[in-house]
This record gives sequence, C-alpha cells and structure tokens, in this order.
Amino acid sequence: MRPTSESPAASQRHQTWTPLLEVAAREVFELMLGCQLTEWSAEQDVALDITAMVGLAGQMCGLLSLRCDQESATLMASKMLGLEPHHVGTEMGDAIGEVCNMVAGNFKNKISGMESGCMLSVPTVITGTNYNLYSHTDSPGLEVRLLFESKPVVISLQIRG
Amino acid sequence: MASIRALIVDDSSVMRKIVARSLRQAGIELSEVLEAGNGVEALGVLQENQVDLILCDINMPVMDGLEFIKQLSTVEKAKGVPVIMVTTEGSESHVVQALSSGACGYLRKPFTADQVKEHVLPFLGGTS
Repeated sequence: MRPTSESPAASQRHQTWTPLLEVAAREVFELMLGCQLTEWSAEQDVALDITAMVGLAGQMCGLLSLRCDQESATLMASKMLGLEPHHVGTEMGDAIGEVCNMVAGNFKNKISGMESGCMLSVPTVITGTNYNLYSHTDSPGLEVRLLFESKPVVISLQIRG
Repeated sequence: MASIRALIVDDSSVMRKIVARSLRQAGIELSEVLEAGNGVEALGVLQENQVDLILCDINMPVMDGLEFIKQLSTVEKAKGVPVIMVTTEGSESHVVQALSSGACGYLRKPFTADQVKEHVLPFLGGTS
C-alpha cells in the first residue's frame, strides 16, 4: 500500500508506469517462455524465496526485482531451456536473472526518453527469504503481482528521483 | 539454405541456448553452435574457428559486445562474417553505435522466432 505522503509526481508515475511494467512482464513471459501470466488478486503476502534484481542508472535510478518461489523459478528455466524441470540445475539462477533483465529492459524501452537515458546492471539473484533489502529510493515503489502457472510472481520497481 | 556454423556470445548460458533454439525455430539449420561468455572468449573462439554468423549481446563482463565488434577486424577468420547484436538495450544510440562499429543487424530481447527470421536471414545469403 502506498503512503498518503506520496507526491503528485510519484502518484502520476504509479498510474502511468504500473501498467507498463505489467505489459513488459507479460510480453517477456509470452515471447520467451511461451506462457501467459494471469491476474493474481490475492492481497496476502506469500513466502517467495527467489529474488532476482537488476539495477537501473541514469535518468531513472532504482532497482527492479522479480520474486517467486523455487518451483516457479525452476519451471521458468525449464521453459526457457526446453528441459524437463527435474533436469534444471544451476541454470535456474541464470534463467531467473535473465527474465528479470528482460522485464527491466522491456519496461524502460516503453518509457519515452529512457531507452537511451537509462542503463541496466547485470542481474543478481538471491535465494532465501531471511534478508532485508535497503534501496536508495525516495518514493514508494511500483508493484505488479501476477500468476505464472498458477504460482505468484511479484515484480517491484523502487525508484530514486 | 545450407546449414551454418554460428557463434553465440552472451554472458548468460541460458540466453545462449535460447538464441540457438530461436535460430532453429526460424528455420535456420545449424551444423554447429559455438558459445562464448564475453568478447574476449569470443575472439579466442574465432582465432581457431571459422563461423558463418555471430550473434552477440552488448552488456557483458570482461569485454562488452560493442568493443568485441570493434576488435573483430583484427581477426582474419571473422572478416565478412555478419554480426547481429541481441540485447535488451534497445536505444537508438546503442543501435547506431553497434552498426557503426560493424554490426549488420540488431535484435531486441524479448524476441519471437519471426523476428529472428526477419533480422538474421537477410544476412545469410552467402550460405544458401
């Protein structure tokens, strides 16, 4: 939930950028994994133990993260590689990092001026849930909650400036 | 079209496999796929191997894709080989940089097999 102190600019950004983030994610899953993300209306938090992150720098500074559980991450890798899930090994981290990277790139390429003005870092992947993430952001983040093969995927964007 | 030998350069092994699969889905027959994780590795591969096509990411550690294509002119076996950039960085400045550095095409991730066909096939005329 966004705090009431959210600035008009941040509020405007939420309204215009959140749908773009969702479209960016849906396109990546459809084109690269061959599956449709579906609506996830549940409000409750779930334990998602795989977190992929890509940093953004330039005209838009921040962090885009994609969270899911291990089974979903393995399934993503299996679809990307054309393997049975039980044959996926260490490629899982690489795969989820690439998905996050493509969502970040696809998202920023949809925003006028950001194609050239914003650079992406290489992806980082964390496993586990026992961590706190401190990001140098000064406004509430955007969040898109969707289902991949009936399992939750949460995509968040923390922005500074 | 005759089958071709392709070099795929990307720091993600998963993405290298996806690019290879997409080439096949686009109807391009691959006799062999060589892989490299960055520009330096790719230059090493090209010292020893002749290829018909290079697909290369831009953002990579050690040596990025733009530097790699600049260095390609120093590799005898790579002369005249078409290079297609495959990347999430889809800005016009990146496209201009890549093309002015020697790339002949540009494919933005995420992509479809049809887009692979559209962006790669025109440069494989010499192998048909």
